[in-house]
Amino acid sequence: MGEAILFWFFGGLTCVLALLVIVMRNPVHSAMALIGNLFCIAALFAMLDAHFLAAIQVLVYAGAILVLFLFVIMLLNLKDHELGNARQTATKIAGAILLCWVAFKLIFRVMPSTTAGFPAVGDDYGTVETVGRFLFGPHLLPFEVASILLLAAILGSVAIAKKKLW
Amino acid sequence: MLGYGAVLVLVALGGTIAVVFVGLSRYLGPRNANAAKLTTYECGVEPVKTARERFPVRFYLVAMLFIVFDIEAVFLYPWALLFRELGLFGLIEMAVFLMVLVVGLIYAWRKGALEWE
Repeated sequence: MGEAILFWFFGGLTCVLALLVIVMRNPVHSAMALIGNLFCIAALFAMLDAHFLAAIQVLVYAGAILVLFLFVIMLLNLKDHELGNARQTATKIAGAILLCWVAFKLIFRVMPSTTAGFPAVGDDYGTVETVGRFLFGPHLLPFEVASILLLAAILGSVAIAKKKLW
Repeated sequence: MLGYGAVLVLVALGGTIAVVFVGLSRYLGPRNANAAKLTTYECGVEPVKTARERFPVRFYLVAMLFIVFDIEAVFLYPWALLFRELGLFGLIEMAVFLMVLVVGLIYAWRKGALEWE
């Protein structure tokens, strides 16, 4: 019962904050709402016994990546008139219809298949040891491919941000 | 699910203290503002221009490199915990992983991305 209350609390807060991210006019306010959103997702991870993921969600996403977001906001430093006018009613209606369609699809197609029942996991399911055993065992290839992804991020940022490459 | 009670208490306590302190100072503090008091404090110097300046792109590079190696450290943590269990195979796995990233580090270094130019 207590867990259900916590789930609905954090789940609802996640949705509200996600909405604020796209509704806020000021990009910095959006970023602040995103921090709250990522914290709530960390709480949801924790409730799913994904302890390592919850900690990393706070450290990497709410910490480091949000700092990058704020840097980019300050790098661009968009003025109010550069943010565009918010009165594009046709676009908004089209977006709302599309959103409703996706939401209905998710609720009526995906949800029954996910609530069908999963085998219960042990108490140590989401601990660092278990994650490590999966990461360095069956999921070795994704782990090594992640290094390529990080390499691409280094190359991309250096190529973009350096004035002279040679 | 167990063990997060302390985290919840910490968050609740931290939030309460922040709200109470800001609220108290707002409620109790005298407010007799004038134009000189409300100017931005810049170590006693008169503010020159707006604080909403564009940041140099160098900050982006530093932040990006920080995140990449931050994520690398995240992967190192479970590996360090299982170091004995994984043995030589784990060491080789991590060496391959780190080798790719060291290539990126050398690239960034050689291109002068670590210098504040």
